[in-house]
Amino acid sequence: MEIQRTKSLMQRGKIGNCTVYCVKTHRRRLRLPFRLVSSPSIKFEMMWKLGFAFLLVAAASICEAAAIFSPISEAHRSAALELFSPAAGMFTSLEEASESLRTFEVLGIEIGTDLKDSTCKSVVDALSSGSPNSKDLYYALRVSSVLKCKISEGDLTGGVALRLKDFVKDAKSLLDFYYSIGGLVLIKDQASEVDVLLEDADGIFRSVKDLSQSDGKWRYNSNNPESSTYAAGIALETLSGIITLKSSEIDGNLIHALKKDVVKLFDNVDKYDDGAYYFDDQFVDASGHQGPVSATSSVVRGLTTLASTSGSLNIPGDKILGLARFFLGIGVPGTGKDLYYQIDALACLDQNRVLVPLILSLPASVLSITSQDKLKVKVTTVLGSTGPPLSVKLMQVFSSGSKDASIINKELKFDHKEAVHVLDALPAGVDVGEYVFAFEIALSDLEHKKIYATGGRTKVPVYVTGVVKVENDKVEVLESDSVETQQKLDLPGKNDVALAANHLQKLRFSFQLTTPLQNPFKPHQALLKLRHESGVEHSFVVGNSGKLFETTLDFLGLVENFFYLSGKYDIELTVGDAAMENSFLQPLGHIELDLPDAPEKSARPPAQPINPYLRYGPKPEIAHVFRSQEKRPPQELSYAFLGLVFVPFLAFLIGLLRLGVNMKNFPTSTIPAAFAILFHGGIAAVLGLYGLFWLKLDLFTTLKTLGVMGIFLMFVGHRALSHLASASEKVKSA
Amino acid sequence: MVKPATTKDDAHALFYSLRSAYSATPTNLKIIDLYVVFAVFTALIQVAYMAIVGSFPFNSFLSGVLSCVGTAVLAVCLRIQVNKENKEFKDLPPERAFADFVLCNLVLHLVIMNFLG
Repeated sequence: MEIQRTKSLMQRGKIGNCTVYCVKTHRRRLRLPFRLVSSPSIKFEMMWKLGFAFLLVAAASICEAAAIFSPISEAHRSAALELFSPAAGMFTSLEEASESLRTFEVLGIEIGTDLKDSTCKSVVDALSSGSPNSKDLYYALRVSSVLKCKISEGDLTGGVALRLKDFVKDAKSLLDFYYSIGGLVLIKDQASEVDVLLEDADGIFRSVKDLSQSDGKWRYNSNNPESSTYAAGIALETLSGIITLKSSEIDGNLIHALKKDVVKLFDNVDKYDDGAYYFDDQFVDASGHQGPVSATSSVVRGLTTLASTSGSLNIPGDKILGLARFFLGIGVPGTGKDLYYQIDALACLDQNRVLVPLILSLPASVLSITSQDKLKVKVTTVLGSTGPPLSVKLMQVFSSGSKDASIINKELKFDHKEAVHVLDALPAGVDVGEYVFAFEIALSDLEHKKIYATGGRTKVPVYVTGVVKVENDKVEVLESDSVETQQKLDLPGKNDVALAANHLQKLRFSFQLTTPLQNPFKPHQALLKLRHESGVEHSFVVGNSGKLFETTLDFLGLVENFFYLSGKYDIELTVGDAAMENSFLQPLGHIELDLPDAPEKSARPPAQPINPYLRYGPKPEIAHVFRSQEKRPPQELSYAFLGLVFVPFLAFLIGLLRLGVNMKNFPTSTIPAAFAILFHGGIAAVLGLYGLFWLKLDLFTTLKTLGVMGIFLMFVGHRALSHLASASEKVKSA
Repeated sequence: MVKPATTKDDAHALFYSLRSAYSATPTNLKIIDLYVVFAVFTALIQVAYMAIVGSFPFNSFLSGVLSCVGTAVLAVCLRIQVNKENKEFKDLPPERAFADFVLCNLVLHLVIMNFLG
C-alpha cells in the first residue's frame, strides 16, 4: 500500500518536455509545534500572526510535505469493472456479491439484468434455506437491498426476521450480533411491515458494550482477549443497529458512554505526514481482516452509522478530513476487497452526520507560463459531487529553491460553468520552478461549519514551467588562456561547429540561462558529451557560478582519460529540467583532437558494446568453389581402345582353334556330366556376380552370395575334377 | 662352297630350332602359353591407353593391369605344375593344379573388381 501512495505522489500529469526522467522524492517535514485549527472563524489578524510564525518555522524547516488528493474518478470506475466482473456470469458468494454491488452502486455502474436475476434468485434461495448461519442471511439481505429483489413474497421475510431474532437471543460473539442485528435492520428498510423490533434492546446493548475495551478497541468475544479496531467499527455499527431497532428506550448514559469510547478510539489514530489519518490493526484474525484499509473503513462505517442514529459525535474536523485523505491517497487499489473498503468508506463520508469532508484538488498541477495557464482549484466532496458555496483563497506561496514564503492572501474567482475556482494571474515573482501553494477554504454560510470539514490550510505542490532562453552561448579553443578560435552558437537550435585542438590547448564552453521573468535559471542537468568516432564517450558536467554556465576542458590533463585517442570527437550538449519546456539534447558539431601517442602501459579504451545484429545475425553467404572436373579423354578414343582390348581375346580364341582344342575329355555318363556342367556354370555364375558387383552391388552382398556360391562350386568342382582324375588314372594304368 | 655363318643365318637357325622344339610340347601346355600371351597383350594395350590419355582413374588402370598380370602369373604356375617333365610336381594330379588355378583366379578377380571402382 505504501507503494501505491508514493506512486500517486509521482503521477503529476504532463510535466513538460522533460528529456530526462525526474523523480519526485517524498520529502519529510518537521512536526509543527502547534496545530492548525480548521475552523475558518479565526479573524484576519490571527491569520497574520499565524502566518508569521509559520514563516519562521518554514525558514527553519527544510521542506513542507505537500500532496494532492483527488476525489473519485473514472479510474476507480474502470478498476471496479475489472476487479468485480464476475467469472461465468455469476458471483461466487453472496459476500462477494454484496461487496461488488455496493461498489457499483456508489460508483453509478449498472449491472446487466441477467446477472441481477441470477443473483436475486440465489438471494431467495439463501433466505428460504434453513441455514443455521446468520452470516448467509445477512449477506443475502444486503445484496437484496442493493438490487431491490422481491423478497416480500409469502412470509419469507417474516420467517427470516423470526430466525434472526432467535440468533440475536443466542448470540455470543460480536460477529453473531453484527450479522443478526444487521440483517434485522436491512429487513426493516426493505419490508417495513415486518416486525423486527427487539424486546430487550437495553440488555442486548449492554452485552455488546461489555466487549469493549478501555482504549477504544473491541474484542470479538469474551473468551478471546485480542482486540482490534476493525472489531470496534463492527461494534459501532451493531450498536447503532440496536438503537434503530429498539422498542423501548435505551439508557441515555449508555449512549453517552459509547460516544466517549469513540472519542477514545481516536486517540490511537495513526497519521501520515501529508495529513492522512488511519487506523491500523496489529494482528490477523481467522477471517483474514487485516491492514489499515479494512480497519479504517470499518471504523468510518461504524461511526457514521452511529452518528446517523444517535446524533452527532464530537470528532474534530481535521481527523475526519484526515480519514478522507487516507482513502483518497490510496489511489486505485489493486484488489477487489481494498477497492470495496475504500469506496464504501468514502460513500459513508460523502454524506454523514458528523462532518462532511471537503477535498481541495487541482485538475492540473503543472502550469505553463508560455501558454499562460490559469491555476484552477476544485472543491468537492470525496465522491466528486459539488460542495456548498464557499470561497478559496491563496494564502501563501513557498518556493522550493529558496526558503522563504511570500504571503499573498488572494481570493480565487469562482467559475460557475466549470465549477472551479480560478486564479486570474500567477502571483508576482512566480517563475519557472516548483512551488507549494497554500490555500484556505472559507465557507459562505457560517451554519455550514457544523456540517462540513474544510481542513484549515491545504498545501499543494505546483509546477510552473516555461521556456528558458539560452544567451551568450559560445565555444572557444584557448591557447594558454588566450582565445585562439571562437564560435558563437545558436542554442537551442541546430549547430554544426568544426574545431581543431591539440593536447596543449583548452576547450571552453559557456552560456547563460534566463527564465521568462528574466531571472537566472539553474537546470537539473547540464552536461557536455564528447564522443570519439570509435564510440568511446566522455561526459562533463557544466558548472555554474551565478548566472554563467561554463566548463573548461584542459586537454593536457584529460589526455589519459581520453585513452590517448586522437581523431574526430562529436560534441553534444544536454540541458534539462522538469520545469523547462524546451529541454534539449543537441549535437553541436565536432572537434578534431590531436593527442600524443599512447605509452606502453596506458589503459586501453573500454570495449564498445557489440552490435548484436553483427555478431548474432546471419553471416555472409559462402559460395563454395568445387574442384574442377578432371579432363577426360574424348569418347571416340576410349571406344577405340575398348575395341582394341578385345582383339587379343579374339586372337586367343583363334589360336585355340588352330591348336585343335576338343572336348573329348568331357565326361559322357550322366552324373559326372551334370557335375561338369554345373562346375562350368558355377564359374560363369561367379564371374557374372563379379560383373554385378562392379555395376551395382556392394561388397557385403557380393561376399555373402560369393560364399554361398563358393561352397557350391567347391563341391561340384571337387566331384567333377575327381571324376576326371580317376578317369585319367584309369587311362594311365591301362 | 660353304657360306660363312652370319648372324642373320644364326638367328634364323635359332628361330627354326626353337620353333620345332616348341611344336613338340604337349597341346595343353601350348594352350596355357597362348593364354599367357593373350593376357600380356591385353596389359600392354592398357598401358598404351594410359600413356595416351593420362592416368586419371589410376585405380582403374592398376586394377586392369594387375588383373592381366596376375592371371598370367597364375597361368605360368599352372603350366609349371601340369608339365609332366617337371619332376618336382610328379605326384600332383593336374586336376588339382587346375582347381588351384581356378580358385586363385576367382579370388584375384574379386579383388580386381573391388579395386576397379
